[in-house]
Amino acid sequence: MSWFDNWHLPKWFYQMASPKWFFDFGARLQPWFAALALLFIVCGLVWGLLYAPADYQQGNSFRIMYVHVPAAILSQSIFLMMGVTGAIGLIWKMKVAFMVARACTLVGASFTALALITGAIWGKPTWGAYWVWDARLTSTLIMLFLYTGVMALNQAIADRSVAGRATAILAIIGSINIPVIKYSVEWWNTLHQASTFTLTAKPSMPPEMYMPLLFMVLGCYCLCAWLVVQGTRNEILDQERQASWVARYLEDQ
Amino acid sequence: MMSFVLSIIRRDLLLVMRYPAEMVNPLVFFVLVVALFPMGVSPEAKLLSQAAAGVVWVAALLATLLSLDILFKADFADGSLEQLLLAPQPVWALVLAKVVVHWLVSGLPLVLLSPVVATMLFLPTEAMPALLLSLLVGTPTLSLFGAVGAALVTGVKTGGMLISLLVLPLYIPVLLFGTGAVAAAAQGMPVAGYLAYLGAMLVFALMVTPWAAATALKIGQMQG
Repeated sequence: MSWFDNWHLPKWFYQMASPKWFFDFGARLQPWFAALALLFIVCGLVWGLLYAPADYQQGNSFRIMYVHVPAAILSQSIFLMMGVTGAIGLIWKMKVAFMVARACTLVGASFTALALITGAIWGKPTWGAYWVWDARLTSTLIMLFLYTGVMALNQAIADRSVAGRATAILAIIGSINIPVIKYSVEWWNTLHQASTFTLTAKPSMPPEMYMPLLFMVLGCYCLCAWLVVQGTRNEILDQERQASWVARYLEDQ
Repeated sequence: MMSFVLSIIRRDLLLVMRYPAEMVNPLVFFVLVVALFPMGVSPEAKLLSQAAAGVVWVAALLATLLSLDILFKADFADGSLEQLLLAPQPVWALVLAKVVVHWLVSGLPLVLLSPVVATMLFLPTEAMPALLLSLLVGTPTLSLFGAVGAALVTGVKTGGMLISLLVLPLYIPVLLFGTGAVAAAAQGMPVAGYLAYLGAMLVFALMVTPWAAATALKIGQMQG
């Protein structure tokens, strides 16, 4: 494995492992994330809610998708990120990676809950029911259960470093199970109720409806990045409170 | 390695034989949950025969869940788990041995008992082989994923409730394909596809879970 011995990850990857370095680096990144999130979300919301044309079938109720779709996309992305950061933490023994994963949990669970709630509000006028056992709804609900499992395990173990490692394993097992769960639920649903409810397929969504959605997705990714960095920085301050630089930082505040 | 695994299996089976309640309680629970269903919903044969597969599978899931405690808890409490982790043999071999014992003690009896409870729920006779086979292939997967949950909560005080939150979402695909197989058999459709998926999940679980449970056990030891 000589090729492997000579191969190194970029320097910034190892720098991330230092809580102080991450704390400062995060502080420099945050204004950018905040500005981009604000820009994209304000543009996307104003465009989507005020100017985008109403759907010819659903009228104005379709506009909830400008919140619903980004939330649903993020709920999966963040779980995957939890699995990846957990794996990084276990492989390279980086406690900052566990802190990032911990910060992801609440953000991800919130977006999943938001996706379910907005979906239910949209489902009532469109399908006539707040909840149907549709494949996508069901797999999002299972996603929320996975998040609650990770949070419960995190809460149950007092020692933060042990909790970080234990939840990393759960997050990894959960993330590799996401496709299995997704496809099994889809198969189950198509077998039992062959498309009673078709999600109004929009293969030809016009750009003036599609662009605001793209803006919202990008904006929510930036918002999520800001939230995760902020959560991680809070976690660093809490876990590193013995360190002298934390004391100096808090004095300066 | 093989002798290590076999000696663990023999030791744990012997321990279970000394305290048979550990083996019998989940089975009683299984029958009890199934018996609650007709009382709670309706004793009507038509309705019950439709729900039978789902009820038996859900009861099997819950019974497996409740029996997960026998995997590592006692060994953790008396300190023998720590000694086993110090053994030169890899920890995943220990996990596999424990899972084999767990399946022999909880999974296999459930499979053998399932035709009885399924008959009580008026499951059509032609669906009975599918129920047996799907449980036979599915319950080892339940034991394997359960081992990860049990390993994660060893040493956690409030383990009982927590483990169900961790493990049940992972059981959902097994439940879907298990009940799907029985439903297909009841309609006279082929079940081989469902069983193949259950088998694939078993292989997948065999690859992933021993490593995950072993890592979790080692982490649990750090909690002094």
